[in-house]
Amino acid sequence: MKVRTDEFKARSAETTKNPRRQASLKLVYDGLHKGRIAAAEDTDDWEDQRDRARAIKWHTINNLDYYLDLLDKNVRANGGNVYFANDDAEARDYVLGVAKANNVKTVIKSKSMVSEEIGLNEAFEEAGINPVETDLGEYIIQLAKEAPYHLIAPAIHKTREEISDLIQEVAGGPRQEDPQDLTDTARALLRDEFRKAEMGVSGVNFAVAETGSIAIVTNEGNGRMVTSAPRVHVAIVGMEKLIPSMQDLSTMLRVLIRSATGQRISSYVTVVNGPRKAGEEDGPDEFHLVIVNNGRENLLKDAQLREAMLCLRCGACLNACPVYRKAGGHAYGWVYPGPIGAIVTPVMTGKKVGRDLPFASTLCGACKDACPVKIELPTLLLRLRSDLAEGKADPKEKSSPLLERVSIKAWRFGVQSPMRFALAGRLSSLMMAPLSRGGWVRWLPPPLSGWTKSREFPRIAGKPFRARFRKKQR
Amino acid sequence: MTQSEQIPRRVLLFVTCTVDQLYPQIGESVVNVLERQGCEVDFPAGQTCCGQPAFNAGFTEDAKAVARRFLDVFAGEDPIVVPSGSCGAMVRNFYLELFHDEPETLAKVRQVAGRLYEFSEFLVDVLHRDDLAAKMSGSATYHQCCHLLRELGIDAQPKSLLASVEGLEMREMEQSEVCCGFGGTFAVKFPEISTAMLNDKLDYAIATGADTLVAGDATCLMHLEGGVRKRGDTLQLKHLAQVLDEATSTDGVAS
Ligand code: SF4
Repeated sequence: MKVRTDEFKARSAETTKNPRRQASLKLVYDGLHKGRIAAAEDTDDWEDQRDRARAIKWHTINNLDYYLDLLDKNVRANGGNVYFANDDAEARDYVLGVAKANNVKTVIKSKSMVSEEIGLNEAFEEAGINPVETDLGEYIIQLAKEAPYHLIAPAIHKTREEISDLIQEVAGGPRQEDPQDLTDTARALLRDEFRKAEMGVSGVNFAVAETGSIAIVTNEGNGRMVTSAPRVHVAIVGMEKLIPSMQDLSTMLRVLIRSATGQRISSYVTVVNGPRKAGEEDGPDEFHLVIVNNGRENLLKDAQLREAMLCLRCGACLNACPVYRKAGGHAYGWVYPGPIGAIVTPVMTGKKVGRDLPFASTLCGACKDACPVKIELPTLLLRLRSDLAEGKADPKEKSSPLLERVSIKAWRFGVQSPMRFALAGRLSSLMMAPLSRGGWVRWLPPPLSGWTKSREFPRIAGKPFRARFRKKQR
Repeated sequence: MTQSEQIPRRVLLFVTCTVDQLYPQIGESVVNVLERQGCEVDFPAGQTCCGQPAFNAGFTEDAKAVARRFLDVFAGEDPIVVPSGSCGAMVRNFYLELFHDEPETLAKVRQVAGRLYEFSEFLVDVLHRDDLAAKMSGSATYHQCCHLLRELGIDAQPKSLLASVEGLEMREMEQSEVCCGFGGTFAVKFPEISTAMLNDKLDYAIATGADTLVAGDATCLMHLEGGVRKRGDTLQLKHLAQVLDEATSTDGVAS
């Protein structure tokens, strides 16, 4: 998928002015965020469970080679195929190859962020294959030809009116407004595709190395259809989704589902153990697991950034993030929005892109509190800022504007001595005098105008605290 | 614990660069409140800034230089009081990150950070005063500043202090724990997002009908007050120390 991270400023600014999007984003707080908090408060040993989930993920990520081998071995032992795709093109080519070998015309898909990441739908279309998203949210954004807005609620930004328009366009007939009617229509449309499809493509929430199984969490049951009805099932998984054992799966499901939707358990949890075996009634003839790297190695090989590989893609950090809730999902310019997106996007896609993203945070810490595996998201953002500002990401180019770098040096010089600091304060106070009224400055030149457009700025005090304190002491 | 059981103790005030230069009146209120509780307040004159602006902008080396200086200025044994969750979190949490590969400096960090208390935390957890026999009329709503709440985990202390002020009616606002949109240079780099967050915060505060918005960090107050002035709202902005100063002042007005 095309990386558009450099448009973050423009696209986020636009979203702040769009009342429809802002209304949807408010729902993210009222619904998903509060739902997660309620679920956590309802769970006695919530903190323990988070710690346990974190430990499981750290163990897996720190021994990833071992668990990748084990997964590979066990999927094959179950009669499945495993392909390790180093980048998006390799992943696409492999899946297309499987589709062509099976003469596939229609592919039904259940939700997969990795599929979005590798641009699979576009590749299918170019090859004359019809991909059909079967998760309602994904189906809506597929109709709208948009990227997902959120990790678990891809069409959360769409209003009912917009959804009505999209459904009417494909279904024809009278326009429907009622959510139940719209769902029924979408379901009827999708049923046909379920029957036709020769291949199912699914994502994976957890890949269990010990048994070679994949687990998929859904609320619509479409995951079950996709993984069992067509003759061929291809599951695509990011390298970060491995866990060692089935026992670990129960811990992981507990924290994932509560964090994602606030439910104790989703309507469906599907565990797939490869293709149909002799004597079994249901299931595909062929099963393929595509394990995707596509830049995850950049995270893995860095001792600190590796922590981002613990991510379950639950979306809790997005829901908690006040910046995401203003900027909207598309502003982040790739597949993964919000705090975790601001970290993994620049690193996975190469640090030269997306240099605004690590700075697009107030470091308020709400994401860290929400994250089920306690990823230190603010610390990782700070780390990326430091890489960018000090030219560690790209030695030829320091990304901070010259003015900012000069200001920081001047600041450093100033604050290294209380006398210089006080003097700088006095000078600034004098300089601000002509601009200020009643102790407040209404206008400052660019780039500080970014502040004064919507806020006044206090004039530096003529008499700072240190002078007042000295006077008081006398 | 009664007041007489408390021996007056010497505290070092880390007033923060923002309070020193932009909100000296907050610093004065901190001193007044602490003195009324029997403390002897000292202001280490060498102090300037904790280094947070550089750290947040990614200039780690510059932040380290300034942080080292801070550690020297505040060496000693007396408790350090800071009227800011953000600067407190910088020293207590982020210095550990900043110096993670310098064991010697880390030892210093632990020594200084172990003595450093945020203002409300010092009153309640160290001096054991969560009721200052304070009186004030009016109504207020409390904004939970991010670093105070989530980095330092300080929330019950300021709330209990405010609740103890006789005559002050506290009203809870919607989303009181959500960031006001300041975030340092964030406010300048992403003004639209920052302003949208600010407007939500002010709208929620005003919707409570309270006449005063109280917070524990001068930087957030600067952001909020700057917004109130631009919007032409009548909401008053006060640091917790100012409220407590005013409410414990014997002559009825903050000095
Ligand atoms: S970083 Fe944490 S909160 Fe965010 S999506 Fe990943 S697991 Fe969920």
